[in-house]
Amino acid sequence: MSQQNDRGFLQASNLQPLLFDWIFSVDHKRIGLLYLYSVCAFFLAGMVLGLLIRLELIAPGPTIATAQTYNALFTLHGVVMIFLFIIPGIPAAFGNIMLPLQIGAQDVAFPRLNLLSWWLYILGAFMALTSLFSGGGPPDTGWTFYVPFASETPTNVSLALLAVFIIGFSSILTGVNFVTTIHRLRAPGMHWGRLPLFIWSLYATAWVQILATPVLGITVILVMVERLIGLGLFDPARGGDPILYQHLFWIYSHPAVYIMVLPAMGVISEIIPVFSRKPTFGYKAIAASSVAIAAAGSLVWGHHMFVSGMSDTAIMVFSLLTFLVAIPSAVKVFNWVATLYRGSISLEPPMLFALAFVFLFSIGGLTGLVLGSASADVHVHDTHFVVGHFHYIMFGGTGFAFFAALHYWLPKVFGRMYNIKIATIAWAIIFVGFNLLYFPMMLVGLHGMPRRYYDYLPQFQNLNVIATVGSWVLAIGLLLMFANLYRGIRRGTAAGNNPWQAATLEWVVTSPPPGENFSQPPQVTHDPYDLQQAGKP
Amino acid sequence: MTTQRDAFGARLGMWLFLFSELLLFGGLFLLYAVYLARYPSEFAAGGQQLDTLLGTGNTLLLITSSLTVALALSALQQGRRQLCQMLLCATILASLLFLTIKGIEWQAKFGHGLFPGGAELETLPAGQQIFFSLYFVTTGLHGLHVLIGAALLLWTLGLTRKGLVSAENPVMLENSALYWHLVDLIWIFIFPLYYLLL
Ligand code: HEM
Ligand SMILES: [Cu+2]
Repeated sequence: MSQQNDRGFLQASNLQPLLFDWIFSVDHKRIGLLYLYSVCAFFLAGMVLGLLIRLELIAPGPTIATAQTYNALFTLHGVVMIFLFIIPGIPAAFGNIMLPLQIGAQDVAFPRLNLLSWWLYILGAFMALTSLFSGGGPPDTGWTFYVPFASETPTNVSLALLAVFIIGFSSILTGVNFVTTIHRLRAPGMHWGRLPLFIWSLYATAWVQILATPVLGITVILVMVERLIGLGLFDPARGGDPILYQHLFWIYSHPAVYIMVLPAMGVISEIIPVFSRKPTFGYKAIAASSVAIAAAGSLVWGHHMFVSGMSDTAIMVFSLLTFLVAIPSAVKVFNWVATLYRGSISLEPPMLFALAFVFLFSIGGLTGLVLGSASADVHVHDTHFVVGHFHYIMFGGTGFAFFAALHYWLPKVFGRMYNIKIATIAWAIIFVGFNLLYFPMMLVGLHGMPRRYYDYLPQFQNLNVIATVGSWVLAIGLLLMFANLYRGIRRGTAAGNNPWQAATLEWVVTSPPPGENFSQPPQVTHDPYDLQQAGKP
Repeated sequence: MTTQRDAFGARLGMWLFLFSELLLFGGLFLLYAVYLARYPSEFAAGGQQLDTLLGTGNTLLLITSSLTVALALSALQQGRRQLCQMLLCATILASLLFLTIKGIEWQAKFGHGLFPGGAELETLPAGQQIFFSLYFVTTGLHGLHVLIGAALLLWTLGLTRKGLVSAENPVMLENSALYWHLVDLIWIFIFPLYYLLL
């Protein structure tokens, strides 16, 4: 019996095939793991596509792909990374596992809805993949699906759009679930001022999911209907305006950037105090800035359209607002740094990834301001500078936070520790590879190399070769990291309940957590970063 | 599990979902606003061709059905199951009637070639084509929501008959009623924008 209890929620029921135990489970931890596995699989798929893109760009002219194949490659890479990896990445995987544990609840508010969300996500993913092999061939519009091209290209755009719609629906349901959970299921003593910062970030994210995603929904519906029966709503020949598509698209997709990055910031806010052995500096400021980012971030979409055709006034307003959103993000960075200051820092793998996040995210954020100032954007718009910038944010930021979360929480989820030394080496390789890959991309963009072309002028070659070599280094580091984590899960040493001596609630329960999170609702007695109280509820 | 019985939580969840439904239509209203500003006279000409009488009839139908569903809920809370079921039936009937009238309206437009790709529509000025495209998308999407709402109410009716929805456990009815009010509310915006103002 005790043998069984050691496996906690991972224990098979033996009542039905093991697979059914998982794919029909309404336990938030299992659903979270389902998401985690799917998200990691899609990340690896997206990575292979990224490597292929880079390989094509190692030399001018056609190298491994034709222009059409290249268009399909970056479209798929973008769609997979955005809709299948990064948006569900942290909130749906780690959010699902940790949200109820961190607030002392048994589960999320609507467990069955939670399972439905995962099924919708998989259905959407399946449709996205089907769109590659059916109809008119893989979509070639870029992940932004701009009209008029998206309504005219013969490739299989409609199915891909339907997939995006369904994945968006899944994202909305997760948002509804999380907001309700945070409002209703906090354990006694877990008042708003004691919510872990990860939960604050999930809360802000969930609101964005609820309020922004439907706008994407209607936008893709309109393009689908356009392709089906020809509404002309975005067709200038019939009185429509393609610019309006861009507005609708970015009204969702800029806030979506916060769906991607806020939970990442939440992860970092969990890790930095624990490995500095100091309570967070400015808890309230960090929590409030999450909400401020979510609110202000919904008003800046126009900065993607400075050169699409807008009045000068609109450009100035959007530019100004964009600068304003940088403030709450900077508030977070300064608070993290202040937390580090005079802390007793230990450089365990989660912390290394977190520090890399702060560094890379800052580069991404500052280059974002270059793009936010309209006059500079006119020069670098649609160049590789933009590609470099958003990889620094999405990959250097959210991607690294995702890896930090893997190293921080997997020992909790599986009760086993990975090899720390290999994890550190993998981190170093990833960090070097990452910068080798994306920094030259920003430089070559400043020199004028446009994005989304399979070909380029000969003078751009040196930097492109460096970037491609960087992509190999990065890939080696990533494979090493995943292999090490996998080995850790299977054969690692026992991690114990609280390997990092953290003070949030998930560390109070056993590792792996029991099927029923808490035998009785815990009475929370201290703040989330009161590290002296580590291990007590 | 205590979580299953949280009626307040269930209502909160429904409200959140309704926000996202509102924003789904919000995108269409945004397009309406922009194009109205661009083509005011064409929109007016388009609006004149819609049948205000049928539109008004449908508005009355939906408002009445919102009332009946609200009454059904209070009947349930007072334990008058029979009455509750009758009121639910009335609501569902109203929804079907609404869809029929909508169908008649669409039919007439189709008969005149006034549909996306239709011969007649192609000859109209650009602004009017946009008007009719928006009209069909918006009322189509709304009609779909009417259908979903009716299905939800039908299901609730079934649960009420089985006693699974009752005075002690009215959440399902509360939430389908909320959804139905949303469907009504959106129509209350569509109706003046397309049939009256222009
Ligand atoms: C794993 C290594 C990765 C490599 C080697 C890579 C490489 C690239 C390259 C070279 C492009 C530019 C294609 C072009 O404009 O011609 C690109 C575009 C893009 N990447 Fe990545 N990337 C990687 C990871 C990621 C991650 C983790 C994300 C998001 C979380 C991401 C999201 C995107 C998006 C959204 C685009 C734009 C696609 C479009 O233009 O429609 N990538 N990537
Ligand atoms: Cu943006």
